[in-house]
Amino acid sequence: MLPTPFSSPESSPAVAAVTVRGLSFQRGERLIFDRVDLDIPRGKVTAIMGPSGTGKTTLLQLISGQLRPDAGRIEVDGVCIHQLQRRELYRVRQRMGMLFQSGALFTDLSVFENVAFPLREHTRLPETLIRTLVLMKLEAVGLRGARELMPAQLSGGMARRVALARAIALDPQMILYDEPFAGQDPISMAVLVKLIRRLNDALGLTSVIVSHDVKETAAIADSLYLIFAGRVVEHGTPRELDCSASPWVDQFMHARPDGPMSFHYPAPPYATDLLAEIPA
Amino acid sequence: MTAGLTGIGGFILHKLARLGRANLFLLRLLGALRFLFRRPGWLIKQLYAVGVLSLPIILVSGLFVGMVLGLQGYANLVEFGATSSLGTVVALSLIRELGPVLTALLYAGRAGSALTAEIGLMKATEQLASMQMMAVDPFQRVLAPRFLAGCLAVPILTGIFTAVGILGGYLVAVVQLGVDGGAFWAQMQAKVQLFADIGNGVLIKSAVFGILANWVALFEGYETLPTAEGVSLATTRTVVITSLAVLGWDFLLTALMFGVW
Repeated sequence: MLPTPFSSPESSPAVAAVTVRGLSFQRGERLIFDRVDLDIPRGKVTAIMGPSGTGKTTLLQLISGQLRPDAGRIEVDGVCIHQLQRRELYRVRQRMGMLFQSGALFTDLSVFENVAFPLREHTRLPETLIRTLVLMKLEAVGLRGARELMPAQLSGGMARRVALARAIALDPQMILYDEPFAGQDPISMAVLVKLIRRLNDALGLTSVIVSHDVKETAAIADSLYLIFAGRVVEHGTPRELDCSASPWVDQFMHARPDGPMSFHYPAPPYATDLLAEIPA
Repeated sequence: MTAGLTGIGGFILHKLARLGRANLFLLRLLGALRFLFRRPGWLIKQLYAVGVLSLPIILVSGLFVGMVLGLQGYANLVEFGATSSLGTVVALSLIRELGPVLTALLYAGRAGSALTAEIGLMKATEQLASMQMMAVDPFQRVLAPRFLAGCLAVPILTGIFTAVGILGGYLVAVVQLGVDGGAFWAQMQAKVQLFADIGNGVLIKSAVFGILANWVALFEGYETLPTAEGVSLATTRTVVITSLAVLGWDFLLTALMFGVW
């Protein structure tokens, strides 16, 4: 039997929570990752940043075993996640939370029931304890008063916070955040930024944030990976990246329109395209 | 020429691969059914959604189909003075063919399309993925209860459709057109056989159609492209494929039941 991640003898601070080596992944003809290496240290907040469409969400799906790499290894706590059978994979995921970009709340369940869902599925706790736990999680995201609402009655930002409460319901050891700050108002954004950091430190979690919100992410991340065109362009602490001389890092971190990262999707020259005859 | 052949080959391979995926899907679905013993509540909720909520359309359609059968049967039989056989004609038509087939077609339109859209939207809004990330298998939690509920609902709905249809035929023939009520029921009782007619028609056919309709609906939903257009196409495909499959299998089953093969 394969060792279970998060409980294996290797679960020591010295071993990275996630190790990616030589990862290649292709969608159709498009190469999303080309021999990517990265390490996500245990107990830290690691951010993976890059422009839209660089495959950041795909990377989270690969780390969580939703997708299988074409080449390379992804180890979660020393165990190769993409070689696990479904049952073992599900055992790993019980210790792993994921906040989806859309929230992905169950639309037929109330806010309360959404947060209670993982507790009801994986534990046999009495109803009173489930209620207490759900209210604690909802209080943490500031939505205890919204527990009777249905997902359709929530704003995008509120739905994301409920999803966060659901992701931490089982007290996971690692949380993957997919664009947690997108679409949040300034107050929710500030609360979420603090919340992610606080949860990480208080519960001793390992957090992986995929985002392109530079300021917010850099404020709480212990280390940053910058990804572009299928490769890791740079990695280091936020301070190191802020001072980096690399033109890639400088363009992304300081939001400069000109630089090695093209704003435009590859296309023929503009004039040629405009003057080209419309095919019959 | 070569391009044409490549295209045909590619198309056939694509369809075969899809058929293979559909069969693997069914196997996984059947394997997940055992978990329902632990959570019968999930099944009951779905029985209500696909069964009870389909009742109005089944009742109304059954009544009208039976009434039309009564009228048509009367118009033809009256020429031969055989209106006393009207009960048999109405009952056998409904029990052997119209009940199971029309119920399955109506079910595909009412509940099958709803199942596809629901599962497709759950996929498009990442609800299935989030369930998997919470270590909950959507086959056990979402698909299996819907499948079993649908497979149980279709034979029950077929029975109700047939019974209401016979009542509709009775209303037109006996109450409206003055056919003898005693003859209507007595002929039906004498000619309709429990196993050969009701067993084959209402039970076996509707069970097969139930499996087909729910298998297609859930598979199409699960395979949906996660876009608005994808969900719309999948819903349409569910109704079209289920209708064709039901009609094709109806011919096969009828041929088997008459011992043609």
